[in-house]
Amino acid sequence: MLETLLNHLDWIVAVLLFGIGFTTLLLHGNLIKKIIGLNIMDTAVYLFLTAQGYITGRSAPILREGAVSAANYINPIPSGLVLTGIVVSVSLTAVMLALTIRLYRRYHTLDIDRITLRSRGEDS
Amino acid sequence: MRLVENVPMFSIMLSMTAGFVSAMLPRRAAKGLTVGLAAAVLGLNVWLLSYLAASGVSFTYMMGHFPAPWGNELRAGTLEALMAVALSAVMLFSILAGQQKLQEQVDEKKQHLFFVMLDLVLAALMALIYTNDLFTAYVFIEILTVASCTLIMARQVGHAMVAAMRYMIMSLLGSGLLLLAISLLYGLTGQLLMEPIHKTLTKLTQNGAYALPVTVIIGLFCVGLGIKSGLFPFHTWLPDAYGYATPMASAVLSSLISKGYIFLLLKIFYRVIGIEVVQANHALNLLFAFGLLAMIFGSLSAIRSHDLRRMIAFSSVSQIGYIYAGIGLGTTAGVIAALFQLLVHSLGKSMLFLSTSGLSDASGDSKRFDDLRGAGYRYPAAGAAFTIGALSMVGVPILGGFFSKVYLAQTAFAAGGVSMWLLLGALAASTLLNAFYFMHTVMSLYRQPKAGFVAVPFRRSALTSAALLGLSAVNLCVGFFSQSILQAIRQGLSVFS
Repeated sequence: MLETLLNHLDWIVAVLLFGIGFTTLLLHGNLIKKIIGLNIMDTAVYLFLTAQGYITGRSAPILREGAVSAANYINPIPSGLVLTGIVVSVSLTAVMLALTIRLYRRYHTLDIDRITLRSRGEDS
Repeated sequence: MRLVENVPMFSIMLSMTAGFVSAMLPRRAAKGLTVGLAAAVLGLNVWLLSYLAASGVSFTYMMGHFPAPWGNELRAGTLEALMAVALSAVMLFSILAGQQKLQEQVDEKKQHLFFVMLDLVLAALMALIYTNDLFTAYVFIEILTVASCTLIMARQVGHAMVAAMRYMIMSLLGSGLLLLAISLLYGLTGQLLMEPIHKTLTKLTQNGAYALPVTVIIGLFCVGLGIKSGLFPFHTWLPDAYGYATPMASAVLSSLISKGYIFLLLKIFYRVIGIEVVQANHALNLLFAFGLLAMIFGSLSAIRSHDLRRMIAFSSVSQIGYIYAGIGLGTTAGVIAALFQLLVHSLGKSMLFLSTSGLSDASGDSKRFDDLRGAGYRYPAAGAAFTIGALSMVGVPILGGFFSKVYLAQTAFAAGGVSMWLLLGALAASTLLNAFYFMHTVMSLYRQPKAGFVAVPFRRSALTSAALLGLSAVNLCVGFFSQSILQAIRQGLSVFS
């Protein structure tokens, strides 16, 4: 058991990061920290994916002179997925930040609970 | 290859292109383009549905002619085409009936961007319905998340912005779980296309190996998509988001977006993991329990709310509970009942949201029940649409809601055991509660106004009335043709996996 865990240190780190990001996004009151939590959570999944595609001793899947055999390279698909994932998470972060700016200008606080309280006082 | 088999790809590409073009158009042209797009997608999918219902097969469409496991695939059968037809029809009617309110509530300079988002919603829905690739599904889920968040916040009042933020946070938690599930599946199988994953997974698990990872994956998919579709107890974002957004956005969110996620969950169950594996798994009981709780607690919260829009939003929670309870039963009949309920709810709930906005306009922009008295006389089309929608939700015979409750009850009898009693009990309790609050509302719509009520003039467009009446007609048709719709669902489900 312990040996399996030690062999997959990357997975343990990914799970820890996912937990940290998830709880920050869910429980932290500050909107900016929530966004940081979102990015940590996504990074954890990217680490997990990249680690799955890695094959010890092989190089990045970029065609070089003299090494054309596929046996020299790691699995490129997870790297491709991670690239797509990064694009997605960048755009989501941008939307969240834009919304945060709007809310901050209106309610002068970044705390989601206070924002909710202040919005309740308004007329719909 | 027949020309009709290009329809799935055309639907997605047309919607995407319309989204790009709308961004550069003025407000009116963008609206025209989006209405035209919804009509075109509806027409194309009706064509596809008639072809598939006649032939009874499903086909795989290779994007760029790369065979599996390298290429990206779309797949269409009767069930997918039926979903696409229903959702694009609801989209068309929602735009027509909600556009008047949109003009009042959203900044004129930004209205064309609202239509960009609607185009993207349609593109993402078509992609979720037709795609055969898990990672493509993930990307379109995120497009749908951003688009729906923007739809909520388009009405720039504090409540809507806070609701959009809460929606975004919950939705992103769901996306995170979903992405984790997809990476776990990729780690196990090394595939991203649905059928190759299924084949590899069957091979891996045939000796009872990997039982724990498969359970975790099913659980992650259920919770991730459950959060996004507003399943109890993850529905905390829902009442505010549906209650404060502009009515067109509420209709699109409740009738289209949540349904897209549920359909994807079913597709994952059938095509990726295998329905036998899912039905034998205990994770499904969780879905059943949440569904039952949603049926009861959604209705209870609806009774307690004093605001008409929020009441309808809470009724969505309970109706989505019906869908999940049907899926959670773990029988094919249950899934058929759930899919029928999905269609009925999609058509009915959009009508309720859209007619509510007309009714409150007729009552001095109020959403309180006291002020709404007599609104059914002041705005007859909205009153009629609301009444038909409410009766369907309660389950009055010949309307769609009645048949969906009957099928759910029949399914429960066929399943037997404890789950039969639980589902029947929840169904009875929820129907009683539904009848209580919907009948109360309908009756107050047709009562004499309070003493001293002064009717204020309001804008009423013929287009809105016509769209509401058209949607009512579609709802009546669903009840009338319920047998053929069920037949189509049954046939589609047999070639679904």
